[in-house]
Amino acid sequence: MDELAIKIEHVSKQYRLGAIGGGTLRGDLQTWWARKRGKEDPNSKIGARTDIKIGERFLALDDINLEVKKGEALGIIGHNGAGKSTLLKLLSRVTAPTTGTISYNGRITSMLEVGTGFHPELTGRENIYMNGAILGLSKKEIDAKMEQIIDFSEVRQFIDTPVKRYSSGMYVKLAFSVAAHLDSEIMIMDEVLAVGDMAYQKKCLTKMREAADKEGRTVLYVSHNMNTIRQLCDRCIVLDHGKVIFNGGVEDAIAQYMGAGESSIYPVSYDFRDNKRNHHFGKQIFVNDFRFLSTDAAKFFSGDPIEMEITLDSSIQVNDARVILRIKDRGNYVKYAGSLSEPFAIFPGKKQKFRFRFDSTPLQEDDYCLSLEIVSADTVGNYHAYDNPNASISIYIFQAQNPDINWAKQYWSNLRLPNLQIIDYKQDECI
Amino acid sequence: MEQHFTTVIVPKTGLFDFHLKEVLKYRDLIFLFVKRNFVSQYKQTILGPAWALIQPLLTTVVFTVVFGSLAGLAPGGVPSFLFFMSGNIAWAYFSGCLTSTANTFTGNAGIFGKVYFPRLVSPISTVLTNLISFGIQFLLFVVFLVIYWIKGDVQPTLYILMLPPLLLHMAMLSLGVGIIISSLTTKYRDLKMLVGFGVQLWMYGTPVAYDMGIVPEKYMGLYMLNPMTPIINCFRKAFLGLGSFDLFHYLISWGVTLVVLFIGLMMFNKVEKTFMDTV
Repeated sequence: MDELAIKIEHVSKQYRLGAIGGGTLRGDLQTWWARKRGKEDPNSKIGARTDIKIGERFLALDDINLEVKKGEALGIIGHNGAGKSTLLKLLSRVTAPTTGTISYNGRITSMLEVGTGFHPELTGRENIYMNGAILGLSKKEIDAKMEQIIDFSEVRQFIDTPVKRYSSGMYVKLAFSVAAHLDSEIMIMDEVLAVGDMAYQKKCLTKMREAADKEGRTVLYVSHNMNTIRQLCDRCIVLDHGKVIFNGGVEDAIAQYMGAGESSIYPVSYDFRDNKRNHHFGKQIFVNDFRFLSTDAAKFFSGDPIEMEITLDSSIQVNDARVILRIKDRGNYVKYAGSLSEPFAIFPGKKQKFRFRFDSTPLQEDDYCLSLEIVSADTVGNYHAYDNPNASISIYIFQAQNPDINWAKQYWSNLRLPNLQIIDYKQDECI
Repeated sequence: MEQHFTTVIVPKTGLFDFHLKEVLKYRDLIFLFVKRNFVSQYKQTILGPAWALIQPLLTTVVFTVVFGSLAGLAPGGVPSFLFFMSGNIAWAYFSGCLTSTANTFTGNAGIFGKVYFPRLVSPISTVLTNLISFGIQFLLFVVFLVIYWIKGDVQPTLYILMLPPLLLHMAMLSLGVGIIISSLTTKYRDLKMLVGFGVQLWMYGTPVAYDMGIVPEKYMGLYMLNPMTPIINCFRKAFLGLGSFDLFHYLISWGVTLVVLFIGLMMFNKVEKTFMDTV
């Protein structure tokens, strides 16, 4: 039997929805007193949303059972809110489980979100000592590792500067370096590579791989970047709604994750017949429905061609009709981007089907919302909109399968336009 | 085959399971925290640790003028400057510890949310950090004491040997009250507002800014139940030779301190595991 590093048995973590308590002692006392007398709670909101009751229980983790062997690199994937971070928080003892037991051997270093509890006023070096001490290492043990840590972090120049002056990249580099070099038996990494640059990410992955292979350390790694999961992990679990829905090989897990979860959120087809139209839309040309072709859910890799079909009824003939696809993300990067079809002709008649292909290359990993409109337009500015079914079509774009670079959308927006071309290069003043 | 694990995380621990042994294992960290607290306290200040001297000195001057000269609340027989200063530095240590340990959970949420270490390390190191400030202030006090002593105005007594237990006493009391408040503030922020005000009220209930002689006899029994009163009195007895040592109330004060600390540890213990969910 292989030696286990971590054993998780029937672990659940429960949270209460809504604000916890009244937030003030007075509020809680009022609630308590009202309950005592069997009266209505004066602090319950009148007309509050009925679908989420304040104080309703919510299971972030639901009866998790998991064993991790020593020296194994385990990937944890799942959609936002699946419980990945909660699981790591329980393991790093930031908060306690509601039920169940977690047992492990040795010490744990963790990087939850960015940074490992650095103190902003202290210098990089002082923070290394503090992190070591938090892990229970003596000053001597930390001294022995100090040079290695500084070298790996690539911030030697700033090591005696307070970390509050660090850039976010420097901060992560140092934090990772500390976590990777201090002799802990278990390393927990949550989305750590999101900030570092490409070269550093590679270095970190190699380091983690080595830690597992050569030093026999156990690595738990959470990421939305499937490529790093592929490179690093031996095994992978998929979490969904607080449950482990898959536990096994990396490729199978990724496949499961892609198809997993709320396919209802990313439906393949839409019916627009009952959608309310504004203005004169839908009078002459009426879009009945919409569907994506050749897919089970509206989830695509960036770069995949997205094929779709619309069905429409028309009472007129339009020779230069076009479909405009408006793309909006759910975050803050892209307010609107448009893709216009080539002109095509619409003849009077019912149930006419048109198919389009959209090149998704510019869209980087995110949740998007599409809407469409049938228009005619020409170069002198004549523009007429025939129908806009107020569609709201959800799609999810994953990172490209073989990306040329890890696109840092938090800095560069998630809409990637065609590459800048280098057209000339002169070396006059540089040495 | 059952495998043995070094660490087992369970939802709840016993009410009296204080993990004091584990805290002891983390003494390197306590030391580093003390250093961190002290260094970061005076970062980006021009005068640095000199602030530890300026604050009590100014307060003492104000007390001497307002409560001593104007209100006439200082006792005869000892220099009123020394009288107020002794009360002041002892009280400053106590209130400093109390207000900063009361902030343990909310103030450290950042680091507590990222890594595990016994949470008790944090308030303990706060209490020790304040001891450094006290040390600086105490040295200043000793300078003045020696000057007055040479002039023959004061006569310190052998009770000076009581200084270490007195400090321990204040540290434990303030730690106890502080962690009770910090455990409650994770849910109820009201108490945060109350702390500054409450400490000030408590000071007026303790003979810091006036001589105990002005307290009416009929309230004396109640007054002496304040655990800080015997401490301040003993402190003054030791260094100024003022008043007499009252063993009975001193022991009551210890009793109160131990009970408060015990309740504090119990509450702290209950809150520390899941406070990240409510803070």
